[in-house]
Amino acid sequence: MDIDLITNILYATVRTGTPLILVALGEMVCEKSGVLNLGQEGMLLMGAVVGFMAAVTTGSLFAAVLLAIAAGMLMSLLFGFLSITMVSNQVATGLALTIFGAGLSAFLGSSFVGVGIDGIEPFAIPFLSDIPVIGKIFFQQDPLVYLSFILFGVVFWVFKSSRIGLKLRAVGENPEAANAMGINVHATRYMAVLFGGAMTGLAGGYLSLAYTPLWSEGMSAGRGWIALALVVFASWKAERIMLGAYLFGAASIMHLVMQGTGHDVAPNLLAMLPYVATIVVLVLLSTNHAKSKLNAPMSLGTPYRPQV
Amino acid sequence: MVNNMARLSLTGITKRYPGTIANQDIDLAVKEGEIHALLGENGAGKSTLMKIIYGVVKPDAGTFLWEGEQIKVSGPAHARGLGIGMVFQHFSLFETLTVAENIALSLPKEDGKDLEALSARIKEVSEHYNMGLDPQRYVHSLSVGEQQRVEIVRCLLQDIKLLILDEPTSVLTPQEVKGLFKTLKQLASEGCAILFISHKLDEVTEICEAATILRHGKVSGDCKPQEVSSADIARMMVGDDTPLNEDYAKAEGTTAVVTIKDLNFRSDDPFASPIHHLDLEIKAGEILGIAGVAGNGQDELMSLLSGEETSNANTITMLGQDIGLWNPAQRREIGLAFVPEERLGRGAVPDMSLQQNALLSSSHCGMTKKGFIDFGKVKEYAQNVIDKYKVKCADQFAQAKSLSGGNLQKFIIGREIEQNPKFLVCSHPTWGVDIGAAILIRHALIELRDQGAAILVVSEDIDELYQISDRICAICQGELSPIQKTQDVNIETLGQWMAGSFDKSTIEKSAGESAYVKA
Repeated sequence: MDIDLITNILYATVRTGTPLILVALGEMVCEKSGVLNLGQEGMLLMGAVVGFMAAVTTGSLFAAVLLAIAAGMLMSLLFGFLSITMVSNQVATGLALTIFGAGLSAFLGSSFVGVGIDGIEPFAIPFLSDIPVIGKIFFQQDPLVYLSFILFGVVFWVFKSSRIGLKLRAVGENPEAANAMGINVHATRYMAVLFGGAMTGLAGGYLSLAYTPLWSEGMSAGRGWIALALVVFASWKAERIMLGAYLFGAASIMHLVMQGTGHDVAPNLLAMLPYVATIVVLVLLSTNHAKSKLNAPMSLGTPYRPQV
Repeated sequence: MVNNMARLSLTGITKRYPGTIANQDIDLAVKEGEIHALLGENGAGKSTLMKIIYGVVKPDAGTFLWEGEQIKVSGPAHARGLGIGMVFQHFSLFETLTVAENIALSLPKEDGKDLEALSARIKEVSEHYNMGLDPQRYVHSLSVGEQQRVEIVRCLLQDIKLLILDEPTSVLTPQEVKGLFKTLKQLASEGCAILFISHKLDEVTEICEAATILRHGKVSGDCKPQEVSSADIARMMVGDDTPLNEDYAKAEGTTAVVTIKDLNFRSDDPFASPIHHLDLEIKAGEILGIAGVAGNGQDELMSLLSGEETSNANTITMLGQDIGLWNPAQRREIGLAFVPEERLGRGAVPDMSLQQNALLSSSHCGMTKKGFIDFGKVKEYAQNVIDKYKVKCADQFAQAKSLSGGNLQKFIIGREIEQNPKFLVCSHPTWGVDIGAAILIRHALIELRDQGAAILVVSEDIDELYQISDRICAICQGELSPIQKTQDVNIETLGQWMAGSFDKSTIEKSAGESAYVKA
């Protein structure tokens, strides 16, 4: 394989990994606060359809991205209301959200199937994009990809050295103790859930506005689930989420590459790769219980009921 | 401010919960520089009262005077702002954060921001009060005593005027208790008021100047502990009809029922304590007591004995059979019974009735026939346990979780003892149980011993171990101290054992890793 081909593959890998990064970072923040939101797939689809509809009707891509984010947040607000305020079971609520999102997005988007738009264009960053290989891979992408780099930096910094990060971890670790310390557990969890919703909405917008500028029913194709697995895979660490997302991204474009290079492998078999990778990683992780326990938020999935 | 004015003064505090009154018309006054004891049995309403003071729970009625002004505490943050600090019995620490990070969380934003400056202050304060603390260490790597120091230092970093301690000594070794008392006295001499919650009378007599005693949610008396006898205080705590204490004759075991040889175990739980080269023999007709501060391998040893964890086949031998690899059901069939520390969840299934819970661990005692349940027998068995052990419950169809901790413990212990086990493993038999029920439980254990069963008791309550065990030892960092007759071990020695200072050579085993010796 020549260097150009490899550069192209890596370029596509970054593009494919980006929605996974966005969703997984959001979910990680959410889970760090002790809330498990399994509704990512539904939120992703809502972000995608609302973003696309907005792009078609308003013609502004910027407004479309904002509306995609808003759609994700609205969905997560619904989830937050049910699972935090109403103390419902997080797993059941999350699954319901996924089904709800899939159905609603198909309904809303039914008249937009087959409509074409001009998607978000790549934007080469001056100077940086001239670096050989790396420039092409990382700095000739579209703005949302750059945004994912920035958001990674923000999330990384928040957990490394900010007080908000400390509070989030405290709430996810031991909400009773956090409450006793005067931290508002519900408010913190709402914030985390809303941030997760915004990230997923953005990822949805990326899918329908930049990655493949069109809308089709169920176009997220399980990325919400992969992102959920990715959070566990990364054992709740932002830097590992980046790495994992690109790995998963590479795995999912492998079938295109193989066909492109003339290898005769059944495409369906290759399209399966990221899912197989997820399962393998999950199995590997669960055998090392000790390590995963140190990072996993202790009260993940447990609703918090304040004392009266 | 008048000097003898009470720093905190409560009058007529009342808190009702559906079905019970936790606090009724409580008056309490704590002065500046005073160590004030709040005494009472479990369920007397101490915890509720403290939570009211700390703002976690809001009272239904009553007035709250803070330094002479009437206020309403809106929440823990408000309480801390007033200068009230609280050390809970179950620490509110985050295990995966460092000491400094834990403390930063509880401080106002400006103080908690700069972790380095904070670390320096933590060092300074902890040294001033003789509590060495390393701010960089992760909380899960600290001993319980050290964790408590984190809690105390956290309170001290703010301008503290009232420190509330909820049964602070229940998790400490005798030596650690001495250190804590020194710190408290120093604090009080600097003008801080301290509210000390306990049910250990000797400690109260040692450091408290005043005491308020609660019983059934009401104040049953006020006194100066140094001026009245412990018996009088105990009387106020338990009421008139409960015998205060009992002595039991010591017994000598005969043949070994269970032998543990060179037991090693390392759990994949990073917070668990590994077990090193543990040797132990429990004989028929004796109670062997294992003392130790929580988290030193007791839980692991318990699960290895109950069969929840397995070990090499020949490391545990019971009645001549190697049971190391057997599962709990197999072990129960040859006469093992087990009372875990955790009542709801491991000792009983919370949502199932007492009857069903009885059946769960006793099904091998003739309650099933060819795979079918003999409900008549189950009913009889459950009712027998309830009657004999005076379990207060609606009936045997009451859900396990509807019972109070002490009542459920009576039921679980009764259920296990009534199986007539040859070997009973019992974790914290009377933890959280009131004096009356505790006596009943101890009585039942002694009776079972006299019938020839081997009994292993793990407890943090040293007084209880002295009372009922025939031989005693301590566990520290997964290693076992020498085992001696209870009357030959004084409390200082046991305390040293609990802290890990015992001569490894005398117990004929190769020390695994470097021993933890308390400086």
